[in-house]
Amino acid sequence: MLHVAPSPPLARCLYEKRGWALFALAALVILVVAPLANLVTPEGSFLHLSDASVALLGKLFCYAMLALAMDLVWGYAGILSLGHGVFFALGGYAFGMYLMRQIGHDGSYHADLPDFMVFLDWNSFPWFWAYTDHFCYALALAILAPAALACAFGFFAFRSRIKGVYFSIITQALTYAMMLLFFRNETGFGGNNGFTDFKRILDYPLATPQTRIILFMLSGGSLLLLLLASRFIVTSKFGRVLTAIREAESRVMFCGYDTLSYKLAIWTFSAAICGLAGALYVPQVGIINPSEMSPAASIEIAIWTAVGGRGTLIGPLVGAFVVNGAKSLFTAAIPEYWLFFLGLLFVLVTLLLPKGVIGFFDAPPSARISLPFTRKEPAS
Amino acid sequence: MRMLRLFAGLAMLAVFCAPAAALDRGAIGRLASGDADEQRQALDALVADNDVSALPFLQDLLADRVKIGADTTIIVDGDHGLDPLERAPVALPSDLEDVSTSNSLRLAIEESIAALELLSPDPALRLEAVKRLQNAELDEARLALIAKAESHERDSAVRDGLRQMRALSELQSGDRAMRLAAAKALRASVSGRVREALKARLASEEDGEIRVALTRSLRNVESSLAIGENLGIVFSGVSLASILLLAALGLAVTYGLMGVINMAHGEMMMIGAYATYVAQNCFRAYLPDHFQWYLAAAAPVAFVVAALIGVVIERMVIRFLYGRALETLLATWGVSLILMQTVRTMFGAQNVQVENPAWMSGRVFVMENLQLPYNRIVIIAFSLAVLALVSFLLARTRLGLFVRAVTQNRTMAKCVGVDSSRIDTIAFALGSGIAGLAGVALSQVGNVGPDLGQHYIVDSFMVVVLGGVGQLAGAVYAALGLGVAGKIFENLAGAVLAEIALLVFLIVFIQKRPQGLFALGGRQAD
Repeated sequence: MLHVAPSPPLARCLYEKRGWALFALAALVILVVAPLANLVTPEGSFLHLSDASVALLGKLFCYAMLALAMDLVWGYAGILSLGHGVFFALGGYAFGMYLMRQIGHDGSYHADLPDFMVFLDWNSFPWFWAYTDHFCYALALAILAPAALACAFGFFAFRSRIKGVYFSIITQALTYAMMLLFFRNETGFGGNNGFTDFKRILDYPLATPQTRIILFMLSGGSLLLLLLASRFIVTSKFGRVLTAIREAESRVMFCGYDTLSYKLAIWTFSAAICGLAGALYVPQVGIINPSEMSPAASIEIAIWTAVGGRGTLIGPLVGAFVVNGAKSLFTAAIPEYWLFFLGLLFVLVTLLLPKGVIGFFDAPPSARISLPFTRKEPAS
Repeated sequence: MRMLRLFAGLAMLAVFCAPAAALDRGAIGRLASGDADEQRQALDALVADNDVSALPFLQDLLADRVKIGADTTIIVDGDHGLDPLERAPVALPSDLEDVSTSNSLRLAIEESIAALELLSPDPALRLEAVKRLQNAELDEARLALIAKAESHERDSAVRDGLRQMRALSELQSGDRAMRLAAAKALRASVSGRVREALKARLASEEDGEIRVALTRSLRNVESSLAIGENLGIVFSGVSLASILLLAALGLAVTYGLMGVINMAHGEMMMIGAYATYVAQNCFRAYLPDHFQWYLAAAAPVAFVVAALIGVVIERMVIRFLYGRALETLLATWGVSLILMQTVRTMFGAQNVQVENPAWMSGRVFVMENLQLPYNRIVIIAFSLAVLALVSFLLARTRLGLFVRAVTQNRTMAKCVGVDSSRIDTIAFALGSGIAGLAGVALSQVGNVGPDLGQHYIVDSFMVVVLGGVGQLAGAVYAALGLGVAGKIFENLAGAVLAEIALLVFLIVFIQKRPQGLFALGGRQAD
C-alpha cells in the first residue's frame, strides 16, 4: 500500500498548458530535430546525433514504455508485477518471427527455414509460425499474445484474490517457468540463442541509418502516444477506481465495484504495452533471447519505476532513462561495480525516496528525503 | 555354438587334468610384446586354459608394473625386480621400457582377471567377479570359463549370476532348445541389460514357443525392475523434498511467521555453502587428519555467518520497511544483488569445489537398480534434524514463545514486556541461519557458485505459498508434495515441463485454497 496524500480532484484536461508545451517540445525533438541531427548534419559537427546514440535512445524509449506499463499496474493499481519481462519478450519473439522470415534465403544454410530450424533438422515451420511472414499479423501478434497470456493469468490470479506479495511471487514463478520453456530448443524459438542476424524489415535493410531513425521515431512516437493514453486512463473515473483499489481493495468491493474487471483491464493493457515495446525493441537491438525473460530482468523494471516515482507516469520514464543510462556508463567503465550500484539503488530508493526522483522535486525542500529512521511496526 | 561347447568340454578336461598350457615364458613374452593382436591371442589362450596361475601377472600388467628389458620381461615392484614366472627377486636391468597396452586390451585384461577369479576358492571374491562381469561383452573363451565355473559353483548367488550371464549369450544361440532354456532362465533376473537383451531377441525371434517364453520373462523382468525404478523416483523425490524443506524452513520463519518477504534468502543459502567451502579449505590446510569431519564444523559456522548477516540486514534495511511488503521485496532483492556480487568479488565468478567427506560418498545397495547415495540419505536425516530443532525452538523454548506471541499480537506482547524489536531481529537471524544450514546441505549435492541461491528462491517460495503462512507443518507437507510430485512429473515429461506443470498446478490449487494447505483460522480485511 502506498501512503500518499489524497489525490487532487479529477483533472478536467489531460495536462495543464505548461504540460502540453513540454509534450509538444518532446514530440518536436523526437520526430523532427533528432532525425535532422542524425541524417542531415555532417558527422563531427556538434549538432550531429551519432548512429550509436540513435540506437541507444531508441532502446531507451522501449524501456521507458516498459516502465510506463509497470507504473500503470504498480503505481496506480498497486499490483507489483515481477513478470513484465515475459510480456516484453513475448512481443519481441512474436515480431522476431517476422524478422526471421524476412531473412529469406540469406541465412548461412540458404534454406527456406531459419538457420536454427535447419540445424535441428526440422522440415517445416511449427504451427505457431503460421502467417508470421505478414508484417501486420506479426505486429498484432506481438501485442495480442502477451495481452492474451496476461488476461488468462490475471483472470485466475485476481479471481482467487491473490494480491500483494503473493501475486508478485506468482508472477516471478511464471517468469521463471517461461524462461525455462524458451530455453528449450523444442519450443521452437531458437532455444538458448533466440533470434538474431536479422537482415531487413518490410524489405528495407535494417542496417541503414534511414531505417534506424524511422524505428527510433516510431519508438519515441509510440511512447508519447502511450503516455497520453495512460494519462487519459488515470485521470478518468476508471483511474480513480484503480487508485482506490490500490489503497483499500476490500472497501472498493464493499462499495459495489467489481474490482476483478478493473484490475484485469489495466493488467492486460499494461501487458499489451510491453508487447509493443518488445516488437519495437527487437529490430533496433537485433537480438532476442530467453535472458530477457529472466526474473532479474523483470524485477529491474520495477526499480526503474521506483527510482522515477510511482504513480506519476512521467517519473518512470525518467527512471528508465536514468537507470539504463547509468547502466551503459557503468558497463563501459567499471562493469564489476554495476551490480553493487544496482543493489544499492534498490535499497536506498525504497528506504529514502519512496516517491522517487519526481516526488523528491515535487516535495517541499524540508520533506524531500523521508529519513526512515523511525522504526516501523510489522502488521500483526 | 558348437565351438563354445567344444571349449566348454575342453575346459572341463582342463579342470581335471593339470593345466595343459600354463603361463610360460612364451606367453609372457607375447603378452608383453606391445603388439595388440599378439597380446590379445595370448590373453585368450590363458583364459581358455583356465590358467589361474596367470592372475598375479595379469594384475601386474594392468597396474603397469611389467617392464621389458633387452631380452627379458620383468616385474618392477618398488625398487626391486621380480621374475614374472617364479616371482623370485632378480636384479633390475638399467634399460627398462613400459609395456604398451591399449584401452581395449586393458578392458579385456580386467574381464579376464574377473573371469579367472570365478575359479577362486573365496566365495566373496567370486561374487565380486560376477558383479564385475555383469556388463561385459563376453567372448567364447570367457563364456566357456563361465560355464565351467557354474558347474562347480555351490554358492547360489554366484551361480544365479553366472547362469544369467550364460543365458544372455545363449539367447543368441542357433540352437532352439538352448534359446528356449535361456529365455526361461532369464525370468528371475533384475537387470536393465537383461530387459534390453530380451526386447532385442523378441524383435527378431520367429519361433512361437520361444516368443511366448520371451514375453513372459520380459514381463517378469520389467515388473521387478519397475519396483526398483519407482522406489528410485520416490527416493529422489524425497531427497529433493528434503532440500526444498531446508530451503523453505528459514522462509517459514521469516515470511511465514514474521511476514517479511526476503528475496535475499537464496543468497543466505549461498553464503552457507561458501562457509562450508571455507571450512573445508581450513581443515585441509590446518587439520588434514580430521578432514572428514569438516562438515561438523561447517554447519555451526554457516549458521552463525548467515545469522549475523541476517542481523545486519534486519537492523539496516528491513526494520524500516515493516508493513510495506512490496518495498521489502525490492530492497531485499537489492541486498541479494550486493551479496552475490560481493561473493563473486571474493571467490570469483566460477563454481568452487566442495568435496564430500569420505563417509558420505558411496551408496547403499538395495536392489540391482536401486542404489541410494549416502550423501542424499545424510541430507534427508539432516533436514529432519533441522526441522526438529526449529519446531523445538518455536514450540518449547521461551524465545519461541516470544516469537509466537509477537506474531499473534504484537501490541499485547509489548504490553506484557516482550522486547518486540529484539525478537524481530532474533527471528530474522534464526531464519537466515537456517538458510545457511540449507547451504551446507546444498554444497554436498550440487554446484557451489555465486548464483546458487537464485535456483532455489522460486521453489522455496512456492513451498511456503503452498503450505500456507503461520506454521511449520504446512511447509513440511508442501515440500514433500512438491518434491515427490516434481520428480514424478520430471520422469514423465522432462524437467522443464515438470516445472511448468507444477506452476500451473499451484495456480489452480490457489483457486481452491487461497490460504495454502494449512491456514490458520480467522478472517482478515483491510
